[in-house]
Amino acid sequence: MAEAILSARGLTKRFGALEASRDVSLDLRAGEIHALIGPNGAGKSTLIAQLAGSLRPDAGEVRLAGRDVSALGVAARARLGLGRTFQVSALAMEDTVLQNAILGALGARGRAPSPFGRALARGRLRDTAEAALARVGLGECAGQRAGSLSHGQRRLLEIAVALTLAPRVFVMDEPMAGLDGEAALSLRALLDGLRHEAPILLVEHDMDAVFALADRISVLVEGAIIATGTVAEIRADPAVRRAYLGEEG
Amino acid sequence: MSREGWFNLALAGLLVAFPLAAQAMDEPFLVTLATRAVILALAGVGLNLALGLGGLVSLGHAAFFGIGGYAMGILASHAQGYTPLAEWPLLIEGTKSMPVIWLVAVATSGLAALAIGALSLRTSGVYFIMITLAFGQMFFYFAISWPAYGGEDGLSIYVRNGFPGVNTLVPLPFYGLCLAVLALALMLCWQIARSPFGLALNAARQSAKRAETVGLSPYRLRLAAFTLSGAITGLAGALHADLNRFVSPAMLSWQTSGEIIVFVILGGTARLFGPVAGAGVFVALEHLLGELSDFWHIWLGLLLLAVVLFARGGVVGLVCGERRHG
Ligand SMILES: Nc1ncnc2c1ncn2[C@@H]1O[C@H](COP(=O)(O)OP(=O)(O)O)[C@@H](O)[C@H]1O
Ligand SMILES: [Mg+2]
Repeated sequence: MAEAILSARGLTKRFGALEASRDVSLDLRAGEIHALIGPNGAGKSTLIAQLAGSLRPDAGEVRLAGRDVSALGVAARARLGLGRTFQVSALAMEDTVLQNAILGALGARGRAPSPFGRALARGRLRDTAEAALARVGLGECAGQRAGSLSHGQRRLLEIAVALTLAPRVFVMDEPMAGLDGEAALSLRALLDGLRHEAPILLVEHDMDAVFALADRISVLVEGAIIATGTVAEIRADPAVRRAYLGEEG
Repeated sequence: MSREGWFNLALAGLLVAFPLAAQAMDEPFLVTLATRAVILALAGVGLNLALGLGGLVSLGHAAFFGIGGYAMGILASHAQGYTPLAEWPLLIEGTKSMPVIWLVAVATSGLAALAIGALSLRTSGVYFIMITLAFGQMFFYFAISWPAYGGEDGLSIYVRNGFPGVNTLVPLPFYGLCLAVLALALMLCWQIARSPFGLALNAARQSAKRAETVGLSPYRLRLAAFTLSGAITGLAGALHADLNRFVSPAMLSWQTSGEIIVFVILGGTARLFGPVAGAGVFVALEHLLGELSDFWHIWLGLLLLAVVLFARGGVVGLVCGERRHG
């Protein structure tokens, strides 16, 4: 079995009376796309926030590349190789698409930029940024303001920024939401190849995409993982059918 | 060149032509007025780095302006009184040399900004405004109750400080010196805005989440910007004190902080030449309206209200239109 590059052990998070994560354990292994599915409100985004460091769990730990990162914040985990995309885009909306991608390339260098640093020339940062934009099909939009992009395109830009980081793992929250058929298919092809660069934890509602892409699937219901397995195993699991797939017809 | 580029060039031209014309018309007072505008513009350029690029609404920049002023006052008063600042553990003498005074002003106000920023930047929004205000007031009351350097009455120096090769006692050369400093500060800010640091700081202003997600710490970016911002405003304070040959706690008052914000907003937040336009308009209004009425601040208030309501981009935005991107 391949090693786990990102793993969660016993993550628990309460919002008042609501238990949004209940003792969640999960592994993301080299080379895989691990899909995380579950109905709305199941706690998928909450789990991702705990993995990325923007939400502190009440209990449990997170390991990244063999290291306990539970005490580290978002920026520190990003520098250790966690590339995240948001369900609700978080971009520098006034900046151009290219500037957003350059920001990623800048962060990837791991050193805080200095006020006395050189101006942004046509250097490596820009090359990295342009290559990432081309990969997600946003090359044409480089000069546009991020705020002028459609919701689907913003999702693609989030992925491009994550690509510039050359992370050890990708954690993506519903990257395909808002994309039309063709764009969703080309993103699917991109993710398919991307898993060999870094494994992907993929939250996705589009079941066709999940069944086509995932090496393994974890099913989250009411904050708890009720099953983890291959596509075939999950499709055949009676508990999953009852709790989740059944509902969708 | 963009419209804003032409506007900046025209403004720069005016900064050169106006005092020369005033000199030719034998109006040295207008040269002094222009000097005041240039120095206040420099204070605004400092704040604009924090406020415009970093989105940090500091109501405490008077602290840095005043620290710069007192750096000048203290060093020069010791020099003119032939009393050293300290004799033990090592001898520190006063000085009448502007370059030395400027270095001390930049270092002390920068250090103060680093300390104040390190604490204030843990908060945001209205709390940040209140904390910077509180720190500013602390320095104000400290200066008032510090009898060694004049307390409430402030400190006067007899002769303006010197700069090698420049006769600073004559208004026009002193103006030229101040203009050169402003030009350097503008060049620094221009390069910062285009640098990776500027990109990151500006992105952190728009979305702190975004900056963190790519591994950048918004806190560190803001602290660096705030420190530099305070240092530039401190340098302006030293020049301002030299212009008046006087420094008093008024430089440290929260009204001063408010005025520096006014230069930035009036001129156009985050525009390179915004504080220059803003300080120019401010000093012109102060001069023209001040002659008509003691209550000219009312008119300034109305103008500011109009800018905030109808022209968010300030003077620069009004002339050059919406900000262009890319
Ligand atoms: N910050 C919060 N405060 C209180 N409740 C929250 C918060 N964030 C999420 N929740 C709740 O936690 C549950 C899980 O939410 P979420 O993780 O967004 O679900 P999903 O991404 O699976 O749709 C929901 O019931 C949601 O209302
Ligand atoms: Mg969600």
